[in-house]
Amino acid sequence: MTRKITIDPITRLEGHGKISIFLDDGGAVEDCYFQIPELRGFEQFVVGRPIEELPRIVTRICGVCPASHHLASAKAVDGCFNNEVAPLAHKLRDMYYNAHYIHSHTAHFYALAAPDFVLGPDADPAVRNILGVVAKVGLEIGGQVIRVRGLAQEIQRIIGGRNTQDIWCMPGGVAKRLKEEELEQIKPWVGELYDFTQFSLQLFRDVVLANPTYVDLILNGPYTLDVQNMGLVDQNNAPNFYDGKIRVVDFEGKEIHKYEAKDYAEYVAEHVEPWSYLKFPYLKKRGWKGFAEGIDSSVYCATPLARLNVADRMATPKAQEAFEAMYGTLGAHPCRALLAQHWARLVEMVQNAETLQRYCDDSEITGEQVRVIPRKITGEGFGVVEAMRGTLTHHYTCDEHGICTSANLIVGTTNNNAPIQMVTKKVAQALIKPGVEPDQGILNMVEMGFRAFDPCYSCATHSLGQMPLEAVIYKGGELRKVIKRNC
Amino acid sequence: MAENKLQIALYWGAACGGCDVAVLDTNEFILDIAAVADIRMWPIATDGKYSDVEAMEDGELDLTIFNGGVRNSENEQIARLLRKKSKMLVAFGACAYMGGIPGLANLTSRDKILDTVYVHNPSIENGGHIVPQPQSRLDGKVLDLPRFYRRVYRLDHVVDVDYYLPGCPPQPGQVKAVILAIVKGELPAKGSVVGASEVALCEDCPRTKGEKKIKRFYRPWEIMADPETCLLEQGILCCGVATRSGCGVRCPNSGIPCRGCYGPLPGVIDQGAKLASAVASIIDSKDPAEIETILEGLPDFTGFAYRYGVASSLLQRSYRQ
Amino acid sequence: MSFEPKIVGFLCNWCSYTGADLAGTSRIDYAPNVRIIRVMCCARIDPTFVLKALRDGADGVLICGCHPGDCHYSEGNYKMMRRYPLLKKLLADFGIQEARVRLEWVSASEGQRFADLVNDMTQRVRELGPSPVRMAQATDMAER
Repeated sequence: MTRKITIDPITRLEGHGKISIFLDDGGAVEDCYFQIPELRGFEQFVVGRPIEELPRIVTRICGVCPASHHLASAKAVDGCFNNEVAPLAHKLRDMYYNAHYIHSHTAHFYALAAPDFVLGPDADPAVRNILGVVAKVGLEIGGQVIRVRGLAQEIQRIIGGRNTQDIWCMPGGVAKRLKEEELEQIKPWVGELYDFTQFSLQLFRDVVLANPTYVDLILNGPYTLDVQNMGLVDQNNAPNFYDGKIRVVDFEGKEIHKYEAKDYAEYVAEHVEPWSYLKFPYLKKRGWKGFAEGIDSSVYCATPLARLNVADRMATPKAQEAFEAMYGTLGAHPCRALLAQHWARLVEMVQNAETLQRYCDDSEITGEQVRVIPRKITGEGFGVVEAMRGTLTHHYTCDEHGICTSANLIVGTTNNNAPIQMVTKKVAQALIKPGVEPDQGILNMVEMGFRAFDPCYSCATHSLGQMPLEAVIYKGGELRKVIKRNC
Repeated sequence: MAENKLQIALYWGAACGGCDVAVLDTNEFILDIAAVADIRMWPIATDGKYSDVEAMEDGELDLTIFNGGVRNSENEQIARLLRKKSKMLVAFGACAYMGGIPGLANLTSRDKILDTVYVHNPSIENGGHIVPQPQSRLDGKVLDLPRFYRRVYRLDHVVDVDYYLPGCPPQPGQVKAVILAIVKGELPAKGSVVGASEVALCEDCPRTKGEKKIKRFYRPWEIMADPETCLLEQGILCCGVATRSGCGVRCPNSGIPCRGCYGPLPGVIDQGAKLASAVASIIDSKDPAEIETILEGLPDFTGFAYRYGVASSLLQRSYRQ
Repeated sequence: MSFEPKIVGFLCNWCSYTGADLAGTSRIDYAPNVRIIRVMCCARIDPTFVLKALRDGADGVLICGCHPGDCHYSEGNYKMMRRYPLLKKLLADFGIQEARVRLEWVSASEGQRFADLVNDMTQRVRELGPSPVRMAQATDMAER
């Protein structure tokens, strides 16, 4: 008789989810499902709203990465207004976004991921959290983490008026300029942020890379997948989080696709399963092949590691050094070891800090013209940015009055739904042994699979689902019967 | 679990995580909280599971902070569970208090949303018209999902709530003040709104206010608004007139109009109705045709009136057949 | 038994209430479905009252004031005139059928007009059936 273990809810991530593990009679893992139970309906309920309001509505898809939605939305809205945008606005948005990246990556690494490494994956759950980490590494470091995160948030607030739930982008640009005295306030902080990125990399070396168990887990453990990679790159194939082309590279390093935002629907499609509210994107030209690894797989990751996997280089020098050091240790570029995402996040932070520094040194950054009044409504726009959790696409249409007529979103974490399903099953099968009751430490290690992706399920499940109208019956893996009612 | 430490939980319903970030944004205050409290459940940051909550005694939690609305059966189930296990339950943020932005779904229909999301959006490949099910059977294995409700509900539609902390998200300074008040036992009457002002945003907004006579409304991108003058006075709709203050006026201070996230003023039972009165009162016309023309500058008035509060309005949802 | 609508009528003291009174004293026979609430001026009608009436079970809401230019307080009916289109937009977006909420100008001498107006509105609301708001009260939570 099959036994079911449910991890509910999954924790140390953003959003709702549960893992349902089925054991066979011998106690081995027969199957494992990563189910997302939440939905809200943004793609439908933004219809009818003035298109310029969408960047302030879609931030509520996620309060952890609202800036990602705000900027992707702003770019889609730009498209609806004939892409008439003050050039300085693009620079300011990129500057703002790099600050956002730093506090988001810092929060994930220290609050969500670090507990598993600093305290150990099987530590007492009551202390296996940010507070336990601070207790272990000391208040001085804990205080520094909090301070740095706060500084990055404050930089965002100074530039854009507000940090959580962004407000600042408008058709034609942004609502306010950066004043000289505000820039003077930010400058010393950027130096501190850069130093912190180096400190974090050193901490990673000391806590993770110096521990052979962890290194083994990263390089040789079950947390690997032979699937493809997606990320946004600039004209030098370096990562750019705000703009660029979308590049897809297979796990052996060969480029499969490179396309512009407006063509996304030719390259990415979404598959639906009845046991999760979250859809499963895949590479459209290859077709849905199920949850399968391999060089022909149509499953792809869109994550910090995937971004670095598709990049030929970083965009800034110190980040480039960190990039080379990372892949030197990992032994291959691209790298399939999913736990390396935690490292990739820290490498990205170096580029974020260096980019911020470049903008601070840019004499035009405090310019006056941050907005133009758009003259034409052209009715359709595509906004793609790299959310911290993956490639984020907002595609809008509006009518001649600028009222939204449709919205399609493919969100960062949604891209990773299939790989997360696959790695969770793989890890469960590897770690849950027949005859040995899995304790909370083992179950936590199953959770470490998704946690490396820094998932954001409120993001992923922006959309609203329907209730019991169709029953899909499988037996032996084969679709046997579909019973529909009112479908 | 130490003696004398407060036992607390923070949980999210149909939420975005921003309210949890607002708690993290109190920065070093988090460490002060940890010094006086055991956090028994906080899915974003700690590993407490539902089974841990189920194992608690009734009232074992001194405080639960619940953000997010009630959108599905799991949200309701856990709201009821936490209410049972908690001495005090605070509705934290606009979604728990008023339904929030997801409440806009109450103006559309489940069928339309199903069609858009799972069948017709440009990137969907779903020839079999498969939709998520509350129960799926694969090879004899049963997989459950929460039942998706027909509309969004507020937290107090399903459980008794002790206090309401508005905002989307609540401003961290307010969060800190309210938590301190709870720890010290210095709270107003049960059912009160805390962590917000008793007056409208206009009272705290530094822009100059004169007499408002509007002959034309502008979309915010249509003009370069004067940064010193009231936005509404310049014909740009700002919902601050019908919204509680307490947020620090972050939006108008950045050149962006208020959209009402702190909710209605004391004594107001329908925020949108009040916005309608306020906007009507500044229209400079006595001619019905001219009034209609002026109002054409304000498309989707309903979306402004109830941006955060459809679920909290008197009508609560659309009745379109 | 066929459905008989319950309509709440907000009538201003000076013109429209007097007009309704005149319908009565003239012994005009007309539909009894409007429950009248007298206010001093139609400007007193906050859109909240209309929404609350619907929420509390009214199938329709009638608002009457003095003809433009004749308001006892000079400008009150213009305030209602400006409020009404916004209220209509809200109602439309909530799916409340147009005929359920109506604003009319009725003078003190228009007894017959008031009676005709009430008959007309009652018939239209009768055809629409019970208010969907009222019907949903019982079922919304139960069938969530």
